[in-house]
Amino acid sequence: MEKGRYGIFGGQYISETLMNELIHLEEQYEYYKKDKAFNEELQTLFNEYAGRPSLLYYAEKMTKDLGGAKIYLKREDLNHTGSHKINNVLGQVLLAKKMGKTRVIAETGAGQHGVATATAAALLGMECEVFMGKEDTDRQALNVYRMELLGAKVHTVTSGTMTLKDAVSETMREWTNRVADTHYVLGSVMGPHPFPMIVRDYQSVISKEAKEQILEKEGKLPAAVVACVGGGSNAMGMFYNFIEDKDVALIGCEAAGKGVDTQLHAATMAKGSLGIFHGMKSYFCQDDQGQIAPVYSISAGLDYPGIGPEHAYLHDTGRAQYVPVTDDEAVDAFEYLARTEGIICAIESAHAVAHVRKIAGSMSKDESIIICLSGRGDKDVAAIARYKGVDIHE
Amino acid sequence: MSKIGKAFEQGKAFIPFITAGDPCADKTVEFILEMERAGADLIEIGIPFSDPTAEGVVIQDANIRALKAGITTDGVFDIVRQVREKTQIPIVFLTYVNPVYHYGYDAFFKKCQELGVDGIISPDLPFEEKREIQETAKKYGVDIVSLIAPTSAARIQMIAKEAEGYIYVVSSMGVTGVRTQITTDIRAIVAEIRKVTDVPCAIGFGISTPEQAKDMADKSDGAIVGSAIVRIIAKYGMDAAPYVYEYVKSMKDAIR
Ligand SMILES: Cc1ncc(COP(=O)(O)O)c(C=O)c1O
Repeated sequence: MEKGRYGIFGGQYISETLMNELIHLEEQYEYYKKDKAFNEELQTLFNEYAGRPSLLYYAEKMTKDLGGAKIYLKREDLNHTGSHKINNVLGQVLLAKKMGKTRVIAETGAGQHGVATATAAALLGMECEVFMGKEDTDRQALNVYRMELLGAKVHTVTSGTMTLKDAVSETMREWTNRVADTHYVLGSVMGPHPFPMIVRDYQSVISKEAKEQILEKEGKLPAAVVACVGGGSNAMGMFYNFIEDKDVALIGCEAAGKGVDTQLHAATMAKGSLGIFHGMKSYFCQDDQGQIAPVYSISAGLDYPGIGPEHAYLHDTGRAQYVPVTDDEAVDAFEYLARTEGIICAIESAHAVAHVRKIAGSMSKDESIIICLSGRGDKDVAAIARYKGVDIHE
Repeated sequence: MSKIGKAFEQGKAFIPFITAGDPCADKTVEFILEMERAGADLIEIGIPFSDPTAEGVVIQDANIRALKAGITTDGVFDIVRQVREKTQIPIVFLTYVNPVYHYGYDAFFKKCQELGVDGIISPDLPFEEKREIQETAKKYGVDIVSLIAPTSAARIQMIAKEAEGYIYVVSSMGVTGVRTQITTDIRAIVAEIRKVTDVPCAIGFGISTPEQAKDMADKSDGAIVGSAIVRIIAKYGMDAAPYVYEYVKSMKDAIR
């Protein structure tokens, strides 16, 4: 495959001002990828700081309840800062530091990526600024304060739809403004090359561990691995080391919001079309003029009108399958996992749990499914209460 | 060979930018004709996009106003058709690639040729991705105007060697928008370009005053002004024509 491309997808559709920086980033990434000291340092951060390897937990009660395939949860929610985002962030911020950068900037939707970036910046002694849509600073106010506690400056983005896509646009603008000392820690497997590759590689630790863990526990590969998909980083991390294992089904769950037949969803694969935006050729929710459509999901982290280019490729080649999951289904699954397993997961991850509830029962008891539990749900408790019409005073 | 060369035949070129459909399509036609009357040598017409990532807040807002007012890609072509009934001034589209991709490259550039659009600038198509539209644009005789930035360094010659129409030299880091100071060494960039091509160079990003325009034009072949004009249109709306005329005239007079 051509460098920076996944079939026809990917590329570097970005302003000339950033081109040399992207070329430099790729060179430095490739250099440090082979550097023993760098990899040891990153592994130490993963293990000693972030708490890796994350557990592969057998959800026995859920398995019994659904009556089919054995269900395992890959517990990315137990990582330091509470989600898979830390994997990518530790890699990128360490790389940025080696590159001589002194400042990192990032977009964030739910706030998880922003919190992770602010955390890594604090640890590694970098300046940090995070861009977050106003819609999201409202629904994830606690995460804003968390980032500030960690020493980051949070910018509220009021352009466009004031959500994740506008936060990405604004962070790109800021990077164009000041690139010499600044690295853009992109939060998902999206944007211009080399970001989709870099983020995937750092997230691939999820499937690397999960594969070893499931082989140890089950003696064979799972029938399916399932993950929620916003930009697609936890899903790419969960899929990557299983791509060559053709018998393992790869299933991505995208946010169907109020339903794919309404205007209020973020189901890029189900409803989107080919386009070029945010540096990449991929699928996007857009109108008949090629204007990017406003999207909606209860989950701020899945509220994005595009999807990473490698997912678009896995979709078109039929290797992976993408399914829509509604707000209602996700909220149900959120409550279900809390009651059944005593785990309050992120509303993003609950999209994956919801789909597994639909498919596990009809699968054989000899088979297993791994759900990537991408994050923990503390950040969502207030929003879920609101959704359920419960009035809580924090 | 397009008509773009003409814009640079009578001394330094003054190139205004306008967002199509802001505040409405008819006014865009009127403003373009006023700008020509005031001495503009070439017009850059922005095709509105929902998420213009290389734009500062002034042009972002203009994009939103135009889209809210209902502009479509065919609507922009219709603006050009009306302008072409009155003048043959060179016209270049500034557009993000997605609306063009969606229209269909062949259909889009065919229409450009029919209506006499001379070139296209795409802020999200750097040299490496130019092939996306290169063949089709060539087939219909539409020049691809390349951008060169303060960070382009060793890329300058690579880009300049393949340049068509004119080269858009980005004066500053960051996005479009009015700036009080331009600190990039423009002369050095233009000198680097001149080593490999005679294609004219125009400087854009940040220029708003006649003094800045003169300074930039002295160092190159022309000045491009966007946000300052869009700001006048934002302020005066439907009544902006005389203000746009006066402004463009003052800028053209300064660089003449
Ligand atoms: C817990 C969690 N899961 C999933 C996502 C979605 O991102 P991605 O699709 O890149 O994994 C987010 C994003 O904020 C998140 O916080």
